[in-house]
Amino acid sequence: MKTIRIGSGSAWMGDRVEPARWSAERGRLDYMCFETMAEVTISMAQVRKAEDPNAIGWDPYLDDRMEAVLPGCLKAGTRIVSNQGWVDPEGAADRIRWHLRRLGATGKKVAFVTGGVVTDRMDRCGPILETGADPTGFGEALLSAEAYLGARPIAQALAEGADIVVTGRCADPALFLGPMLHEFGWTDDDLDRLGAGAAIGHLMECAAQVTGGYFSDPGFKDVPEPWNLGFPIADVTEDGACVLGKLEGTGGGVTLASVKEQMLYEVHDPHAYATPDVVVDFSTAKLTQLNDGRVRIEGVSGKPRPERLKVSIGCREGYIGEDMFLYAGPGALDRAKLAKRILEERFRIVGLKADEVRIDFVGYNAVHGDATPADAPEPYEVAVRVAARTQTYAEAFKVGREVDGMAVSGVAMTGKRGGHRQRVREVVGVWSALIDRDAVAPEITILEV
Amino acid sequence: MQVQLRHLAHVRSGDKGNTALISVIAYSEPLFELLCEQLTPEAFKAHYRGAITGEVTRHRLDNIGALQFVCEGALGGGVSRSLAMDNFGKALCSAVLGFRVEVPERMRNALVNFQQPA
Repeated sequence: MKTIRIGSGSAWMGDRVEPARWSAERGRLDYMCFETMAEVTISMAQVRKAEDPNAIGWDPYLDDRMEAVLPGCLKAGTRIVSNQGWVDPEGAADRIRWHLRRLGATGKKVAFVTGGVVTDRMDRCGPILETGADPTGFGEALLSAEAYLGARPIAQALAEGADIVVTGRCADPALFLGPMLHEFGWTDDDLDRLGAGAAIGHLMECAAQVTGGYFSDPGFKDVPEPWNLGFPIADVTEDGACVLGKLEGTGGGVTLASVKEQMLYEVHDPHAYATPDVVVDFSTAKLTQLNDGRVRIEGVSGKPRPERLKVSIGCREGYIGEDMFLYAGPGALDRAKLAKRILEERFRIVGLKADEVRIDFVGYNAVHGDATPADAPEPYEVAVRVAARTQTYAEAFKVGREVDGMAVSGVAMTGKRGGHRQRVREVVGVWSALIDRDAVAPEITILEV
Repeated sequence: MQVQLRHLAHVRSGDKGNTALISVIAYSEPLFELLCEQLTPEAFKAHYRGAITGEVTRHRLDNIGALQFVCEGALGGGVSRSLAMDNFGKALCSAVLGFRVEVPERMRNALVNFQQPA
């Protein structure tokens, strides 16, 4: 039976680059797929572009990633699918072409997919899913709206001979499903195979999260050499089954437990996980641990794709001001609590206008909030972290200014952190809606090297 | 005996908008049955107190011995507008590791990394 080998190249923009290099050099891959986008990625890129017209519109680590993997991929004949195009897939494709030329490659094709940005077609969207609001009501605050494209445009680009396919917003599993559609010729009626392929994409798109990353819990779930995690590699057969492993000679491990965790990761309904190409049903999946340290995945089923495409909408929603300072030793929590009271009063004195203010004690309740047990032990060290969401920059700036005041006008033994990042940041709110498929027209362009 | 959930299951958090998705995956089938009985959506939400402001829906997957909890209103309005330091709620799942499960004495050996009554 025909088999293709697909490797993950990244799980998000900030992911490690070295494991991708190793897989490119030693993985004997047919395809390497890069996922680099979060929900706010495109809108944040639009904010940067508004501030600086020369700001790049693609993954800022595009150069790092391509320099790491292109030599290995060229040597092994590995084709690349990547959503590093963000707001400018053409610019990213052109930059990749520059890298290919620099490496002396000839006869290569770099395709880019556009057509997913629907900012000018909000009237074709249904109501905002979270609120039921009118999708055309954002006015000046609207930054960007993008439909999640599916695997078909990627498969088409590959069919047109692309060695590298660069996209903007598309569904994460589609990056992996695209090569399967192209290689195996699955049609829209092959529901179970589409479901299986999208499931494999879902398992792969977070890279090390299925090979032992985001997984170690000492004594409960121990991972070999967790500092040396390899990225996953899937051998997919044309019936939609796959054997999932990782690059030989790396740390981590693909186990039933790691596969189960990633299978459910970010899934609303495991019986009906919607992607643009198919609705995946994980409840029929059968997992088998193999002797060679890999996991066989089969039996995933699929249901017909959703009628409409999901759209991610980003809009300006004001600012967040935040800062932090420290206490330690006996009585640290009491001093932190008094500091909180002082800040609350001072925010009233200076008339802070905020939609929400939150003051946490890091080391005590900042992570679990109200879910912190009433009998949680008192910490030896505690940081007071204060944050407020406001409509204007000036109001958000007041948060840090009042924390400045805690240095000499606050509580005894207050430790002040050095500012390690800006104290005020802009909020890009994310909403979603559904759009008619005929309002979205993906286009493929091919650059020759 | 009362045992912390961490000896019966492993967990992972995911996010979508203002909804936290918390997976609870049993280490073995007999332990899964205990979780299905005791970790109801109501018990789950009560354990998180005010940290989950909306509805909790539970999906059961017998094929992998897992429960998926869909927790609405758990991420401070959503990743980008949340004032929480862990705005993705990536560590939110670890709170349920402390949930107390009533485990029959005869199942002691099925528990993972369990030395003494919790």
